[in-house]
Amino acid sequence: MRTSIRLWNLIILLSASLALMPAVQAEELSRAAILSASCEGCHGTGGRSPGAIPPIAGKSAEYLREALESFRSGEREATVMGRHATGYSDEEIRQIAEYFSKQ
Amino acid sequence: MSKTTRRNFVLSVGALGATTSVLGWPVLGQAKTAGGRVVVIGGGFGGASCARYLRRLSSDIDVTLVERDSKFMTCPFSNAVLGGLYDMDFITHGYEALREKYGVKIVHDSAVDVDAGAKKVRLANGSSLQYDRLVVSPGIDLRWDAIEGYDEAASAAMPHAWKAGEQTTILRRQLEAMPDGGVVVIAPPGNPFRCPPGPYERASLIAHYLKKHKPRSKILIFDAKPKFSKQPLFEQGWQALYPGMIEWISESEGGAIDGVDIKAMTVNPTFGDPQKGDVINVIPPQKAGMIAGVAGLTDDNGWCPVDQRTFESKAQKDIHVIGDAAIATPMPKSGFAASSQGKVCAAAIVASLSGQEMPDPSYVNTCYSLVGPDYGISVAAVYRLGDDGIAAVAGAGGVSPKDADAEFRAAESRYAVGWYQSITSDIWG
Repeated sequence: MRTSIRLWNLIILLSASLALMPAVQAEELSRAAILSASCEGCHGTGGRSPGAIPPIAGKSAEYLREALESFRSGEREATVMGRHATGYSDEEIRQIAEYFSKQ
Repeated sequence: MSKTTRRNFVLSVGALGATTSVLGWPVLGQAKTAGGRVVVIGGGFGGASCARYLRRLSSDIDVTLVERDSKFMTCPFSNAVLGGLYDMDFITHGYEALREKYGVKIVHDSAVDVDAGAKKVRLANGSSLQYDRLVVSPGIDLRWDAIEGYDEAASAAMPHAWKAGEQTTILRRQLEAMPDGGVVVIAPPGNPFRCPPGPYERASLIAHYLKKHKPRSKILIFDAKPKFSKQPLFEQGWQALYPGMIEWISESEGGAIDGVDIKAMTVNPTFGDPQKGDVINVIPPQKAGMIAGVAGLTDDNGWCPVDQRTFESKAQKDIHVIGDAAIATPMPKSGFAASSQGKVCAAAIVASLSGQEMPDPSYVNTCYSLVGPDYGISVAAVYRLGDDGIAAVAGAGGVSPKDADAEFRAAESRYAVGWYQSITSDIWG
């Protein structure tokens, strides 16, 4: 019984510190983050897809930029990515590629 | 530490957080932080996304999410439950990750009133939450006065299943109990309504179930509209997978209904004879969830006008409305759009509370529909802010090609499932 009370106190203490701690390191509010948030709906948080959609986290910026550009031009075949990539400018594609390369 | 212990441990954090915020204690609860206090009403696609992205973009903002239910069941993939492809567990999500990984305070209660002047939200339990910014993401309420005879009690006999949960289960059971050769009536509303392709995906996946188990049955869609989302693709898919099983009756052919009779199990079209059904799924007209009306955020049509850059209400300062409840045309009322809006709204609030300039917003929608388990179709759009509000980027977006082969449709069915796993993990995972 005494042990369980002590445990309970410890839990409350830990709970308090946990709640006060920033849960995650906040990221910068940027245009790149806003653009990339759109991609995360399908590719997962940080581009870490849990399912059939290809993960894009940590791929090189060069690879991601080329992929998006070739989806946009239609050179690379796709189901839905052509319809997305055509919505972004060169600069936006560069920012998205850069963002996920750092994840 | 075992998994169970850890869960209890986290629950105690949540309980403490809620209690102290109610009492206004300086620790744990709604301490006045440098970053400000944001209360989010509604833990669906819009609200939960917004809460999470607020915390991703700022560790000093105190975020409290008010959600009635301890678990959230998604409308996306609820049609797949109706078709027997998945069970309810697959579409059920909890709030543990938002609490543990993102530090969002979760209060499981209903918001019953908003005092915009005092910046307070009153909860059903009588307590209040103070906010610097309020986000209202209540989804839809059904208009129980729109179709004669179709009130909330009638939805036990003729489920709408347009909010996932018990209603989904009722409709599934009715389909299971229906005899072979029975008639299923689906009655979708006019625009605007939640999930434009939803009724037609529903017809598809019910047809999938019936073809397997009750192949002599029929599905009649009594539609209040002259046309519907992804129509050529759905009709092509129905022809390929379920020839002769689904009949769509447009508004001009007498598809619009203005009454139901739950005893006779009929729907009454605005003209033409009543139609009997063994299973009747009425999807009534909708409006923004109740709290939006109570807070004075709605227009005469029951939806919420917003500044489409920040999603701040045009009616009340420092209150933002996102998701199905908001007028974000041309974005559809979809879970994906709600999530995208939640992220943009989070950015706007962080910018405002921290005195930063808000970067230009960018919005997106991607919706998959399953015509069959191995037959997927999609619609996508990229949006940016124009002079007149949100505008789809010309030349981008659109629906799956009409002439695609079986492999393309199969790929999109796999991506539909992947899409679901990604977006739900991006929100609740």
